[in-house]
Parts: sequence; structure tokens; C-alpha cells
Amino acid sequence: MPKIHVQTRINGEDIDFLCESRQSLLEVLRDDLGLTGTKEGCSNGNCGACSVLLDGVLVDSCLVLAVETAGREVATIEGLATPSQLHPLQQKFLEHAALQCGICTPGFIMAAKALLAQNPKPTEHEVRYWLAGNLCRCTGYDKIVRAVLDAAAVMEKA
Amino acid sequence: MAEATAEYKVIGTRPIRPDGADKVTGRAVYGGDMRLTGMLHGKVLRSPHAHARIKSINTAKAEALPGVKTVITVKDFPVAEDRMANLGEMAVNVKLLSNNVMAADKVLYKGHAVAAVAATNAHIAEEALGLIEVEYEVLPPVLDVLDAMKDEAPLLHETMTTTELGQKTDKRSNIANHMRFLLGDPAQGFREADVVIEREFDTATVHQGYIEPHNATALWNEDGHLYIWTSTQGAFVVQRQAAEILGLPVSQVSVTPCEIGGGFGGKISVYLEPVAAVLSRKAGRPVKIIMSRIEEFEATGPTPASHIKVKMGAKKDGRLVAAEASLMYEAGAFPGSPVGAGCMCIFSPYAIPNMQVDGYDVVVNKPKTAAYRAPGATNAAFASETVVDELAEKLGMDPLEIRRLNGAKEGDRRVDGPTFPRIGYLETVHAALEHEHYATPLTGPHRGRGVASGFWFNVGFQSTVVINVNADGTVSLVEGSTDIGGTRASIAMQAAETLGIPYEDVRPTVVGTDGIGFTDVTGGSRTTFATGYAAHEAALDVLRQMQERLARRWDGEMEKEFEGQAERATVRITPDDVTYANGVFKCAKDAGKSMTFKEVTAQMARMGGPITGRATSQPRGVGGAFATHIVDVEVDPDTGKVTILRYTAVQDAGRAIHPSYVEGQIQGGVVQGIGWALNEEFVYNDNGNMVNSSFLDYRMPTTLDLPMIETILVEVPNPGHPYGVRGVGEVPIVPPVAALANAIYRATGKRMTQSPMSPGYVLSKLME
Amino acid sequence: MAIVFIPAMLQPLTGGVSQVRVAGRTIRTIINNLEERFPGVKERLLQDGDLRPDIAIAVDGEMGLDGLAEQVGENSEVHFIPPISGG
Repeated sequence: MPKIHVQTRINGEDIDFLCESRQSLLEVLRDDLGLTGTKEGCSNGNCGACSVLLDGVLVDSCLVLAVETAGREVATIEGLATPSQLHPLQQKFLEHAALQCGICTPGFIMAAKALLAQNPKPTEHEVRYWLAGNLCRCTGYDKIVRAVLDAAAVMEKA
Repeated sequence: MAEATAEYKVIGTRPIRPDGADKVTGRAVYGGDMRLTGMLHGKVLRSPHAHARIKSINTAKAEALPGVKTVITVKDFPVAEDRMANLGEMAVNVKLLSNNVMAADKVLYKGHAVAAVAATNAHIAEEALGLIEVEYEVLPPVLDVLDAMKDEAPLLHETMTTTELGQKTDKRSNIANHMRFLLGDPAQGFREADVVIEREFDTATVHQGYIEPHNATALWNEDGHLYIWTSTQGAFVVQRQAAEILGLPVSQVSVTPCEIGGGFGGKISVYLEPVAAVLSRKAGRPVKIIMSRIEEFEATGPTPASHIKVKMGAKKDGRLVAAEASLMYEAGAFPGSPVGAGCMCIFSPYAIPNMQVDGYDVVVNKPKTAAYRAPGATNAAFASETVVDELAEKLGMDPLEIRRLNGAKEGDRRVDGPTFPRIGYLETVHAALEHEHYATPLTGPHRGRGVASGFWFNVGFQSTVVINVNADGTVSLVEGSTDIGGTRASIAMQAAETLGIPYEDVRPTVVGTDGIGFTDVTGGSRTTFATGYAAHEAALDVLRQMQERLARRWDGEMEKEFEGQAERATVRITPDDVTYANGVFKCAKDAGKSMTFKEVTAQMARMGGPITGRATSQPRGVGGAFATHIVDVEVDPDTGKVTILRYTAVQDAGRAIHPSYVEGQIQGGVVQGIGWALNEEFVYNDNGNMVNSSFLDYRMPTTLDLPMIETILVEVPNPGHPYGVRGVGEVPIVPPVAALANAIYRATGKRMTQSPMSPGYVLSKLME
Repeated sequence: MAIVFIPAMLQPLTGGVSQVRVAGRTIRTIINNLEERFPGVKERLLQDGDLRPDIAIAVDGEMGLDGLAEQVGENSEVHFIPPISGG
């Protein structure tokens, strides 16, 4: 299959790559660009482990073709922390023990980031509604919801 | 042994886990993230039929596809021997294990592996699968445990005969094993009962549902050494199973455990590792295979569907006098369901003088079952805890009161024979009775409250830990327990407590089979208990070595002080004279001599050389785990949908090393139980094809389905562990299905005898 | 002498006897002594000179770790049960 040259921006950096039209963004991020922080859980849009932001919109990268990112902005988990500090969401997930195996964590953090960008002071119900597209099998979600609410409070103050 | 005192410096705190930054930044390397030079991608061809004989396999067209490097079938594997080997948590039949990894002459479930391809990318590998030509002779499948037990049922294994009550018979059958446990005289017990309840239950196949699919990367090196990287609950299990299946000495197989995205018992036995290994050997390059989600549902190891009969009898005053149960579990394509454990757990929360439990291990044309968090116990508890609830109702007793009256305690006997050591079941019942949740009335239409209890054994098994001491007083702790839920932290905390140093000064690392001694799986609720035990012992070993060296040094210093005096010979310093507390070594015979931990480590090179503490553990005194749960529900009378209003889980946790992760284990197990109860099931069509093999239709709980889950830790320290640890991971999944069934009954007046209690089933009961 | 609990499945060999006192300080000796009293029992408990893989020993409620060499005390309770693992 011939390859297509795609030019895009990932985590604020200009990136270009070659890919086949049949490759998902998830596959290209992980296998071709070495950005393995975005995880594969089901590859058909049901678990949210592959959540990224595309022009600020929360998407399952397994449902986005890599070629669709041409000329757009992609944000992945790798872009969250600064060299000196974790993002408040990352920090709160750790403080609240909101992860056990951690495979769903990048997806949840990206989804929570998208939520808080739209709604900086969500209620518990709003958090649960927004995150219902992300599956976690280890935690039962209790500590994840608490971590997001706590991060929202911290980010609001800042 | 360290005394269990009330005051700990590290234990009971909630520090951040050592691998935390890696996990929240996406940097942690899970099996699917593995990347090696020249790596190929593998895919597995799987049977479309639930039951068929393989007549022929032609791989020529697939091999010719550009990008394909090799294609394999069972012919590329050593012929498997029909013998038992002690691999992993239990003994396994090598032939059956090998046949499950790659079908030999028959396929026994849709999804059974028949061939595999390695190609330059996953897409080409998948195209190649479509070019492999397999000729099948389709056979009628048997898809239900009761059908499989009938004399006229098609047989999965032509030579399998029933082991009937411990004795091998000649009867060819899908019933692999019929076992029985007996205590007292149930017939007499039932005659004495004032109330008897008898019910039958059905549970559907459910999956562990870990979010990370199975994966394996194998490199069969030119020198004959096999390297495997995999997400697994136990690197040593993978090593041994792969060595057996591939006919290699164990020393020729090195397994590195990657970070693992959930297991729950489903990532213990091998599926992909031997396949990736053989592909690598033939292709001469590393090969990585990752399962798709459909493969996860069709070709890994779910938990058994079951049919269970329970009969229980009580006196008017509420005392249970007799109990009987018959547990029929679907083992899947090969024998070995956890029906034995189900039998041993079913009545364990209660002291009942007369009990008989029969268990049947039955093969059906579905994937071979594997362990799922307290394997076998949840199905059993659904049945028994519903009947206990019904007895309580008939007797006009509060359902927690009947449990308080009959609750098992130290000295009471299980149906399989042994008596309980110090356990905490009654403490969980008391805590539930006294909890504000139970005291708060539940008002409103279509609402009900249910309670249920559960038991799980927990295991000890083997662990090895090494602690290497650094000159600056920090230590590196090397262990082999993959960290599924925060155990790097709980193990490091125990070592820090014993060493008397801060938690931050202990750096734990999880290594593979080349880096540490044998360590059993992360599972069975054993990791914080048994690997923590080894960490504690390794820490004591470090302290012992420091005491020896200090004794030598201080004894040598005495030499100078007593030079020329006769008393010298009577004053020697031995290690027993060196005490350690609060980070300081002191000399019992000379108050002027003391050294801190850090001062000793700074001088190691001049005081005997490097210090490495080590320990292996295979602890006794494991102690079982009990839980009692309370749940409030509201049932929609028009749709049958069950909404959970409130959930409280009480559990005897021994002593919580890191309370956040103990709470996490409880919350996670509860929610898996909720999914099991309300929605999850494998739906099969008549051909034996699973028709809901995606997360859309295999419906696991989301954030929107649940409230916060309150956890109450009742700490009855386990006398068998230096810090009182009791395993916590599994028992939380045991009560929820029954608790929800009892709650739904109170909300609707209808007893639930089938799981899942999905909206369609609940509605059908409402409309009866 | 230790008290050996005969599992329900072996009781046909013991004529229904469910508990019996047996001399012996290890499981190996106890099984041998049991065999003398109830022939046929040994074959149901052992395979290739070791405990059958589907049988585990519990002594005083603790799972045995030393196989046939597992030590048994003067008044210990001995049970033969299926091995337990976990998930």
C-alpha cells in the first residue's frame, strides 16, 4: 500500500510522518512515532484507553485515521507534564491512588483535561457523565472521580 | 519476628507509589509498548467453529504474501506429553495446556488457535490469515453444562472419562470430575430443621475484562536462548510453562515481565508466548503478538458459567442445622474449572454441623476457563447467600442477624474438613450492623436493601526478595512480583518499617526470571502478604549482617581499650550485644558505642564489604478473608434497570499496609461483582459463536453506573504475618452478586435465580 | 496419635469411617499406616511416589508445604483437600 505524507502538530511540535491510509492515529502514534503513552484497549472505540485531543476535542484515536490529522493539533499524555512538574491531574491521580494497573490512566487524564477545559467546576455527576467513555476495571472509579474533583479545585485556584 | 505494635512509622501511611510518575505520564512500558530491532508482528488464525476436526491446513498462499516471513501450525511445536507438571499456581497437564495454545487434531471452541503468521506489519499478518486454508469437519457443539452432562451429549475428548468421587472410571463423558465433601449427617440435620429452603441458580460466563489485551514479544536467539517480554501476573509461570511446551530447559528461557494492565487471574496461563517463540525461531527475528479485543473474549480464559442447587435448613431460632449444594461448573474446552474452590467456599461463612457439597467439572465447547478473582466463589455465594436471605425472611429475622448468629469463627469446621484459625468474619457482620448505612432507612417505591457475605482462602506460596544497601543509607529492593495494584509500594513500606528507614529511602524494582529467585504469581491475594514477608525477612537479614560487623568492630575497639589487662578475655562483644531501634545501633555492654544506620552504610567498604540481605518465603499462617456487603438499589418497573443508590463493603483486611490500595482492591472487586451481577455475560448463538464480543455489548460498569463505594476496613491482624497482613484482593468480588439479588428482591418481591440480573431478566421476572 | 479425617470420597474404602487415629510423625508414615488398616487408600492419595497433583494436605488447618515429608504433631488434625490457588 502506498504511503501518504502527513504534516501535523503533536503536543505543540511540528511532526510529519509517512503512513498508509488504513492506519489509525493510535497505531501511528504508538508504532511509528514512539508515543506509546496512548494505550490500546479495544481498537473499536469502546474503552477510551486511546483518548487524545484533536483540536481540543476529546476523541478515541483508534477511531481517527492518521491521515485525518493533517494540518491539525493533537494532544497526547506525553504533552502534559513540564520538565519540572506533573500536571495537577497527574499529581492528584497519584495522591488519591486513582490508578492500580495504570493502563487506563493516560486516557482518563486526557478525558479529564478535556472536561475541565470546558467545565472548570464540574459536579460529581458531571464528572461521571463526561468520563463514562473511559473504562477502568481496577479501581471502581471512586478514587478517579475524587482525583478529578480535587484537580479541578486546585486548577481553579491557580 | 517484629512485634506487632500499635505505632508504626511507615505502615498505615499513604505515600505515592514509586512507579507513579511513569504511569501518569505514559512512560511505563507495558507489553504492547515493546519495541525491538527487526521486530515482526504476529497474528493468530482461529477456528470459526465451536467443535470440529481439523482435516488439513494449507499455508502456501499465506507464505507467499509479500511481507510474510513465516507461518506455523501445531507441526512446528514439540509433541506434547500427557503428564502433569507443577507449573504456576497449580499442577497442569502439559498436553492440555499445549493443545489450548495451538490446536492439534480438534478445535474445541470458536477462537481456538490453529495457525499463526509473522509479517513486517500487523495489517499484512492479518491479510495472511485470510490466505491460510483450513479444512474442517464440523461437529455438533455442546454449549451448556446441563446438556454436556447428559449421556447422549457429543463428547469433546474421546478418551476422557469421569473421575467419580476420586476414582478414575471407564465412563466416557464430558464430566471430567465429580467430587464430594461431607460433614456430619445432612439427612438427619434436615429432619431436625423447622424451615428448609431449596433453590436452583444459573450464572453466565463472564470475563475478567482487563483493559490491556494479552501480548507477548519473543526472541529466539541464534544461540538457542529464548527471551520473552510479556504482560503477566507471573514471569516464572510463563518461563516454566513455555519451557515445558517448547521442550527447553528452564535456564534457556528468560522472561521479563512488562508492566501489566490488569490480570485478575486471566494473565497467568500462557496463550501467546509459545506461539510468538516458535514464530521467532522460524523467522529468525523477534516477534510481537497482541490480541484484539475479540480474541480476548473468544480465546482467553473466562470464568465458568454454572448451574447450582442449594438446600439449607434452620431451626425456628435461626440456627442453621443442615446445608447441601450441588455445583456444576463449565470448565470450557479442557477440564480444570475452580469448582473445588467453589465447593469449599460456599458455606464457609457459617458454622453448620451437617453439610454435603457435590462439585462437577464439565467440559463444553467454550474457551478453557481460567482464574477470575476468588475463582469459583462468586457463583457459589450467589446461590448460598440468596438462600440464607430467604431463610432469614421466612424466620422473620434480620438478614445480618442470622449471619451474626451462625457466623464462623476460630475453631469452626469447613465442609472440606479443616477448622478456621483466627478469622474476622463476625467482626465484619458487627461492623455492617453498626454502620450508619444500615441504620438509615431506605424509603421510596421500587427500592430495596440487600446484604451478603463471602469468603476466600488467600494463598501464601513462594517469593524471593533481595535488598542491596547503598553507601548513603538508601537501599534497592529487588523483587519478582509484577505490580498490578500498588504492591511496589506496600512491599517497600514493609522493608522500610523493618529497617527503620524512611519509605523514600527504599527503591523497589520488579525484575524477571534472570534477576531474582523464584516468585509465584501476583494473584491469590498473596503479594503484599508473601512478598512483603520476604521483604521483611530480607530486611532482618540486612540488620543481622550490620550487627555482626558492628560486633566485630566494637570488639576490636575493646581490644585497644583493654590492652594489657586481664579482664579483656571476659569482655567480648558478640552480635547479640548489638541492639537496633529507631535507626540507631547500640552496644549493650558499652553505652558509649553507637552508630546510626547511615553511619554504618557509609563505612561498609571498610567494615566487611557490600551488604545484601536476602530471603525466600513460603509462609504458613495465610489466614482467610471475609467480607460483608450492604447495597441499596432502585429498580425501574418499566425497564428492569437496576440503579445502585449506595454501596458499603466491610472487609477484614488484617492490617492495611497502604490503606489507599486496600480500599482500591475492595472498590475494584465490588465493581467487578456489580458488572457480573447486572450486565456481564457471554451470549452465544446455537453455533457456539459469542455474539457480543466487544466492550459495547459485553457491558462492564462505567463511571455513570455507580456511586462512590464506601469501604470499611475491619482490622483483625493476622497472627501469621509479622505486620498482621491478610490478603485482601479477591474476596471483594464474592458478595456483590448475591447482595444485589437480595436487594432486587426487596425492591420487587421477586427472587433472582439467574445472573446477570440484566434489565431483560428483571423485567421478565416482574411480569411473571 | 494424629487424627486423620477421611474425605467423603475415600469413605467407601474405610467402610464409612470418617475419622481415625493414625500413628506417624510425617504424612508419608501416616499414609502407609492408613494403608495397612484400609487397603487401597494409598493408591488414591499417591501417584508416582508423591502426593497426587489434585490433592493437598492440611495439618491443623495449615496447608502443608513439604509434601509427604510434612510433619504431623501428636494430636494434629490431618485433612486431604483439593489444592487452592487464586486469581
